[in-house]
Amino acid sequence: MNDKLVGQPLVRKEDPRLLRGDGRYLDDLGRGALAAAFVRSPVAHARITGIDVDEALDVEGLVAIYTHEDLPGRIAEPLPLLIPHPDLTHPRTPYCLANGEVNHVGEAVVMVVATDRYLAEDVAERIRVTYEDLPPVVGIDQARAGERLVHEDAPGNVAARSVQTNGKGEAHEAIASAPHRLALDLHIERSASMPMEGKGVLAHWDADDRTLRVHSSTQTSTSVRLAVAAKLELPPDRVEVITPDVGGGFGVKIVHPWPEEILVPWAAMTLGRDVKWVEDRREHFTSSAHERAQQQHVEVGFDEAGRLLGLSVEIWHDNGAYVPYGIIVPIVTSTQLLGPYKVGAYRVEFTSLYTNTVIVTPYRGAGRPQGVFAMERTMDAIAEYLGMDRLAVREANLIQPEEMPYDQGLVFQDGRPLIYDSGDYPTMLRMIRDLVGWDGFEAERAAAAAEGRRIGIGIGAYVEGTGMGPYEGAHVKVETTGEVVVSTGLTTQGQGHYTSLAQIAADVLGVGVGDVTVITGDTRRFKYAVGTFASRAIVTSGNAVAIAAAKVAEKAKRIAAAALGDGVAPEDLELVDGRVRRRADPATAIDLRTVAVLSNPLRYAFDEETKAATQFAAATATGEEPGLEATGYYMPERSTYAAGAHGVVVETDPETADIRILRYCVVHDCGVVVNPRIVEGQVHGGVAQGIGGALYERIVYDDAGQLVNASYMDFLIPFATEVPHIQTAHMVTASGLNPLGLKGAGEAGVIPTSAVVASAIEDAEGLAVRRMPISPSELYELRKARQARKEQVSA
Amino acid sequence: MRVTFTVNGRSAEADDVWEGESLLYVLRERVGLPGSKNACEQGECGSCTVYLDDVPVCSCLVAAGQVQDRQVRTVEGLADGDRLDPVQACFIKAGAVQCGFCTPGLLVQAHDLIERNPEPSDPEIREALAGNLCRCTGYEKILDAVREAAAIKAGIA
Repeated sequence: MNDKLVGQPLVRKEDPRLLRGDGRYLDDLGRGALAAAFVRSPVAHARITGIDVDEALDVEGLVAIYTHEDLPGRIAEPLPLLIPHPDLTHPRTPYCLANGEVNHVGEAVVMVVATDRYLAEDVAERIRVTYEDLPPVVGIDQARAGERLVHEDAPGNVAARSVQTNGKGEAHEAIASAPHRLALDLHIERSASMPMEGKGVLAHWDADDRTLRVHSSTQTSTSVRLAVAAKLELPPDRVEVITPDVGGGFGVKIVHPWPEEILVPWAAMTLGRDVKWVEDRREHFTSSAHERAQQQHVEVGFDEAGRLLGLSVEIWHDNGAYVPYGIIVPIVTSTQLLGPYKVGAYRVEFTSLYTNTVIVTPYRGAGRPQGVFAMERTMDAIAEYLGMDRLAVREANLIQPEEMPYDQGLVFQDGRPLIYDSGDYPTMLRMIRDLVGWDGFEAERAAAAAEGRRIGIGIGAYVEGTGMGPYEGAHVKVETTGEVVVSTGLTTQGQGHYTSLAQIAADVLGVGVGDVTVITGDTRRFKYAVGTFASRAIVTSGNAVAIAAAKVAEKAKRIAAAALGDGVAPEDLELVDGRVRRRADPATAIDLRTVAVLSNPLRYAFDEETKAATQFAAATATGEEPGLEATGYYMPERSTYAAGAHGVVVETDPETADIRILRYCVVHDCGVVVNPRIVEGQVHGGVAQGIGGALYERIVYDDAGQLVNASYMDFLIPFATEVPHIQTAHMVTASGLNPLGLKGAGEAGVIPTSAVVASAIEDAEGLAVRRMPISPSELYELRKARQARKEQVSA
Repeated sequence: MRVTFTVNGRSAEADDVWEGESLLYVLRERVGLPGSKNACEQGECGSCTVYLDDVPVCSCLVAAGQVQDRQVRTVEGLADGDRLDPVQACFIKAGAVQCGFCTPGLLVQAHDLIERNPEPSDPEIREALAGNLCRCTGYEKILDAVREAAAIKAGIA
């Protein structure tokens, strides 16, 4: 009997290739293709008054220069609004190439195609674009003031205003009548996904076949395909989109179509030659997408035990210059803010504001880190006010296991009710308490203090909606070689799907994981899919693979039963070790590969194997479609909710204000775990990004809207020297919403990190931390401000 | 100009190389070795790390002309035929690869560390890898892999 593969920490099937340098990413393809480069706006807000290309025309190797004026039909129209919402009253999306006005530094103005990238850049440098400056709107304060406008027809710079309440009474009344009240103002700065590989597109137009083949470093090949077909006015079946190996996504590559994803294919069709564009790092900083960037005002009313009776949160969300991805990020902040806690009356209002900066779209966590920051800062503030233990305040507010499923009374980002399907939050908090050493910490603090060291402890928890719809699908086929080929439309950017999805298929079909080949993100192989984002792949595709594989297994049993004859019924059979065998008599068996041969009744034999499927040889099952294959889809009724708690101990230097993480602990519950090794890696990576967001990473714009730290030299992603050892512990509360009991894990690690690091710094320093990230200089300033306040009081 | 050098034990020649061209460009575009990756093009991320005469360098910062008559070893040259180098094998075992884009540079850097220092301490490993950005793994499993590879190599030696 096979041991179950789901749940085993198998090594990844894809690694040997990647470790030999044989991975093939976008820029490794298309040798000999023409290269595209872009002239991008050097100013944040301006009207374009002229584009002069004369000096560029005699560069040898120049093939074409395109401006907005050159774009035909629907390509000249703004890019689509991907996720419309009734509250998004003033949606604005960019053009492929700026149409008379630029709204952020980095916006594409002119496209150049040349024989190689060096020459394309040379051409771009000689093109003179003249601008008439308009006043830029930079930062949330300026956007809120509304004195300057990003888009003249979007008053107050407001793209959307949205209110949700949880149906448990009027929040302001609940706060007003509560025994105790607090208010907090919080700020979270801009950050960005920043995958190691930027975006990139390669397009090939086959004029004979009238077919467009596009390779894109994307998180959604199927949606890019539909978007390209719509813009280029091609039947979708004439467009193929293939995702090669992708060097990380973290959200930024779910946005589509990027201007380049339309322009590069269009240029390839127009020129009849392959065209490639690969984003350089500076372009990625100034023309892809950022996230975070919120101000929050929290008002809370609570009782003596710290229970939240009323909570009102107002959020100002900086959405950048355009909103192609709608208002998903502030919706996620508003709804996931509640975490594992039950709140009396809750009201949340967000205003999504335009600024003359790069667009803001989901980056791993997708609004949750901001929401958790608000909630956990509030918990700490209540504890401080009441003089209570911070963990005790959280415990007083936890949703209990017996209250599951728990309806938070809100509408989530999938448009479905926000109902937690399962979870055991009290156990989760107990586990993190033990793991981080909460109870023994005062002794630890005292010991450190005796050495002149200052340490603090922080803790926090979150709930994450994962595995949302609308659906994913899979095609599973057993080849006559015995190889099982699983094709799914979703893409992969390093999450190990070639292994985890193989584990699921192998279990159902009774084969080894080495027998299964997984294909992702290739619309030639599977056309219907949504994409890899929002911690959804293993839930949606994993279950789709299981469903498709189960259909294949049933079919294999029917064909095998017919072939075995002798009164064997399909229900007597099982798939084990690459064979279909009788449960009662395992010696009565037939190889799965032979069943695959028999599944395709043949007129002609090609070899010994196929003889068995010819007309005078076999007893084949009648009424079957040929091929041992099936397609399956999984359509969740709503999201499934994963959860976790983090604990951290930090040390702050009394002199330099340097902040060092001494211990980082994670308790993580993503339901049934398919591959613990992969999940752990996802958690580690998320925490590292969270630490970046807490202490190092911030996108900095100056008053003119110039992005002043657009390089890895100045935007500080943590190295191995900054990320501490991360201790993890897992718990499993299976989801009842899907057959495999899975919940997503991709974003988890990043979600509460800023909140818990803030909590620990606050604990070490005894001063309020209301703004993240926090640098040593900022901590130093906070200390100075406190000192000044003290002196004022004593004077 | 023409550049002649040795890469992964074989002689290589690239013609019409522009004076400002990087070694990374020559490797990727002219001699068919795209394993080394271009992620920042300014020596900050380490994804393009290769050996130049046994010293790890960011190949994006090495001018093509500088490699004339010298030895280059890239990620494609780490394995001995079908047999992976212990560093590569340990990356698999530890689960140290996610998207794989930074991996080629990290492997060369880690390989060099172990060659120089058979028993590196944790701070030494972190310091040695502190020029290589990884956005996926949080480094935890990379450190596990390097520790184990060092132990294996020490055992062999």
